[in-house]
Amino acid sequence: MAGKNLNPGAEARAKKGWLKASQWLILRRLSQLAVLALFLVGPVAEWWIARANQSALVGERTRAAQVDRSTAAQAAQDSASAHKAVATAAEDWWIVKGNMASSLTLGVLPLTDPYVLAQQIVAGHWPLTTALVGAGIVLAFYLLVGGRVYCSWVCPINMVTDAADWLRSKLGIKGGARFSRGTRYWLLGATFLVAALTGTLAWELVNPVTMVFRGLVFGMGLAWGVVGMIFLLDLLVSRRAWCGHLCPVGAFYSLLGAVSPLRVSAANRARCDDCMDCFAVCPEQQVIKPALKGADKGLGPVILSGNCTNCGRCIDVCARDVFKFDIRSNNPSTPGVVEKREVLP
Amino acid sequence: MNPARRQFLTDTVRTACGVGLVALGLGVYSRNTRALPAEAIRPPGALAEDDFLGACIRCGLCVRDCPYDTLKLAKPGEPVALGTPYFVARSIPCEMCPDIPCVKACPTGALDPKLEKIEDSRMGLAVVIDQESCIAFQGLRCEVCFNVCPIRNEAITLEFRHNERTMKHAIFIPIVHSDACTGCGKCEKSCILEEAAIKVLPMHLAKGMLGRHYRFGWEEKQEAGGALVTPDLPHEYNLPDGMRYDHGGRGLIQSPGGEVPSEPALEAIPRRGGGL
Repeated sequence: MAGKNLNPGAEARAKKGWLKASQWLILRRLSQLAVLALFLVGPVAEWWIARANQSALVGERTRAAQVDRSTAAQAAQDSASAHKAVATAAEDWWIVKGNMASSLTLGVLPLTDPYVLAQQIVAGHWPLTTALVGAGIVLAFYLLVGGRVYCSWVCPINMVTDAADWLRSKLGIKGGARFSRGTRYWLLGATFLVAALTGTLAWELVNPVTMVFRGLVFGMGLAWGVVGMIFLLDLLVSRRAWCGHLCPVGAFYSLLGAVSPLRVSAANRARCDDCMDCFAVCPEQQVIKPALKGADKGLGPVILSGNCTNCGRCIDVCARDVFKFDIRSNNPSTPGVVEKREVLP
Repeated sequence: MNPARRQFLTDTVRTACGVGLVALGLGVYSRNTRALPAEAIRPPGALAEDDFLGACIRCGLCVRDCPYDTLKLAKPGEPVALGTPYFVARSIPCEMCPDIPCVKACPTGALDPKLEKIEDSRMGLAVVIDQESCIAFQGLRCEVCFNVCPIRNEAITLEFRHNERTMKHAIFIPIVHSDACTGCGKCEKSCILEEAAIKVLPMHLAKGMLGRHYRFGWEEKQEAGGALVTPDLPHEYNLPDGMRYDHGGRGLIQSPGGEVPSEPALEAIPRRGGGL
């Protein structure tokens, strides 16, 4: 078993073909990159136009300002006009403005991160209607498709931690620090507590999730260091430490996932041959067992835990197509049996 | 004690302590970030710094809608609260768009939508902070700050003084007026010196404040239409007949013919409230 898990999904790839055995992974990466691209179209267009317009102007202006102080005021004004010209020329290129905390798509659709907004309300500021509507739309979306779809399909940190986990298993790194899976909920509570006590969005000063996305769209600064730290944390300190144990953003979205209709189901669990490939790739291993192995206890096949990220990687790597995306209600279980959502393997 | 229960309690306490430490560190750090550097200026309409840090969700929509690339979001490693918008006047000042697009873009109200006229914004206050370097104070003609000021001849005016050095020229001194200056920073940007002599400072650094109880007597007097306190009684000297005392410097004077100039009668002075 151990030897086989060093290369989970090999059997699926051999049997279903590489594309079929990686389809959800590929779609997720495309989704993550597409979200980023939508935010970047505007800034890149603006940068492109500015580069074309300004290279000649800038040198001239600087020289003029140095030579003669009477032109200093004029130079400042010229610089402002040049900026304005670029902004005007790039206006049509904007698809999404802002970042994951709050954005405006095509000038009409506001989207706001409900977790950031909740911190703001706890900190004592009641937001404008725009932000409330935006948060409502996002909330409704994730309540429908599963809160942690944010983590696996949108969040850029996911690519970092997935890469760290891939390398960790390739290098055979084992052990390290042990965090409780519940730590993230404690941290979630702590972020609200600190917001309430300080009256500021204290968590947003260090939140790597928003920091990195904001960095990618507005300029990284030292945020690369944070990316590196999370990579090393997941690679060396503990498996899936950040996304699976610590991140309060993920914890918030897990709460939404506890009721969402779209779920992964081990619908064909009778076919399972205990190869453990799904466990090997799953970022939240504790969510699989009740659904996959609960048949004789009367548990239904749907993965009910809100911590499941709906990443679909288990669907990919299963050579016997045990898993599929399904609806929460499509979950035949013995009446009266105690619903169990997570079992540590 | 049941080993499972013991394990559970140990784990819980361990997690709680760890998270508690993180929360404590976060709290202390968030207090530190309230110290906004003086050269970092918030966008127009920004709430007071303490409220702003609770209201701004760091989305950057104000930055995106600023047509002059004035605003930027604080990156990690910069001394401004992470992700919040600010500008540095000496780099790119605020151009004071009449439609205030940054405030319109803000989804949370961290930039106050009640700000309808950009002239009413108070991002900071320009201060001619170094009169020793400002060449206007040396008697040279410059007036660049005066000329670029968008609220011309109101936020910055020129005061003429006599040039004591040449004894024949005027000195044109720039004076900033806080009732009109928005803190846009165009003066600081355009100051011709290597290091600007006029700088936009945050209000709390730029402005002093009278004691809350303090009133200027002449203003109160004008408002009330007359003195609000009992005027001082003229001092009475016990002088020999025919003498009087002159406060203008002449001292004791013997009035000719023993005539004493009349003092106002005590009864003629109205007294308020029957006090001392």
